[in-house]
Amino acid sequence: MKKFLPPLIPFVLVTLALEWMVRSGFVPSYLIPAPSAVLRALIDSRDELAAAMAKTSAAAVIGFALSTLTGVAIAVLLSSSRAIQRAFYPYAVFFQTVPIIAIAPLLVIWFGYGMKTVIASAFIVSIFPVIANTLTGLLSTDPALRDLFRLYGASATVTLVKLRFPAALPQILTGLRVASGLAVIGAIVGEFIGGQGLGSVVDVARTQQRVDKVFAAVLLASALGLALFGLINLISAVTLRRWHASEQVS
Amino acid sequence: MDLSIDAGEFLAVLGPSGCGKSTLLRMIARLSATSGGRIVTEPEQFQTAFVFQDAHLLPWRTVLDNAALPLELMGSGQEARYAKARAALAQVGLAEAEARYPAQLSGGMRMRVSLARALVTEPRLLLMDEPFAALDEITRFHLEVQLRDLWQRRGMTVIFVTHSISEAAFLANRAVVLARRGGKIRLDRAIDLPWERTNDLRSDPRLGHEMKLLMGAMEEE
Repeated sequence: MKKFLPPLIPFVLVTLALEWMVRSGFVPSYLIPAPSAVLRALIDSRDELAAAMAKTSAAAVIGFALSTLTGVAIAVLLSSSRAIQRAFYPYAVFFQTVPIIAIAPLLVIWFGYGMKTVIASAFIVSIFPVIANTLTGLLSTDPALRDLFRLYGASATVTLVKLRFPAALPQILTGLRVASGLAVIGAIVGEFIGGQGLGSVVDVARTQQRVDKVFAAVLLASALGLALFGLINLISAVTLRRWHASEQVS
Repeated sequence: MDLSIDAGEFLAVLGPSGCGKSTLLRMIARLSATSGGRIVTEPEQFQTAFVFQDAHLLPWRTVLDNAALPLELMGSGQEARYAKARAALAQVGLAEAEARYPAQLSGGMRMRVSLARALVTEPRLLLMDEPFAALDEITRFHLEVQLRDLWQRRGMTVIFVTHSISEAAFLANRAVVLARRGGKIRLDRAIDLPWERTNDLRSDPRLGHEMKLLMGAMEEE
């Protein structure tokens, strides 16, 4: 409880202030809806929103899982040789700079309307931090420990599995934390164009001037991002509990 | 540099920073290539262990699994390697701590795990690169006595790199002082102290005499 109380206080304060500002006519409700109106929209459109939330969650989670698996695999490959790294890493960076909103229409042409496009969008946006952080982790193995493994004749594979990968775990998890939020953003962007889920709800509500519904959908999207972030933190706490400074309980 | 080391020796290597003490150890361990010259060992192949300046344990493994690591990498079965790791931990006085993780240990305990990890393969040659430099003095004194004792019982060769004159004189049977450049040996001396080294020796004037000689060679630079 002590952990949740501090962030809860500003939330309650801002909500109350907003409610008061809208009700007193200080801020027009067609620009910013009163929190109570957002709550009403959440309740009134609960079936539609729940279905949309399910679709967005599925797409974001699948996209995130794909970028985790592929990103780690690519990083392992890149870390295996300096030459491979030189040849391919610039393209990984380039990939990151491609604006997703600009290529989303392309994704529709390739994958059609629906789930595949949304997953592809979530995947593309979230893979880079996984690659970058995993690579950094794999390349910063303690040289003394690498010497030790060499001294006892460990193969490259054994060194990867027993030393480099576990040593990189804290950095990999940092990458996953960033990627989890980006996967939700990627999914929503994909849905704007690919037409489903919370992104589509936002898009339609916007054309109907239903700011309350836009806010309701945005709130759910943030909740999804938070849930994914929390999941990674949980995994991090369990795996690093015993050894890493970031998870040491003093 | 021309240096020959007999089996069973306890050799301390002293010298100013950057004179190549650590490089010498790495070359003996075949972790670095020589740029010229050769290192000849008799026999050609034997078990070597290396202890670094810091413990360098795997933080995600228990003390027991850290101590057993070399045997694991060399492909020995779990039962055999745990038995040997437990024996090695007992030798450094850490039998009680086998289930703990490195983050739960003090610096001195971590270094003892590192020492157990080196001893677990029963090495013929133990290479040590300023292993106790980062420890507080009391811990260091205890570990030095323990190391000397282990060496006497094991009959292995120890090459001990240090920048501490007192440590070199206290531990070794022979000490060499390297010159700042060129890998020249400034002094090669058999340390004239009793075989048995306990903490009482630390206030012995004979130790002071040895230290003075070593210090003289280091200051000639």
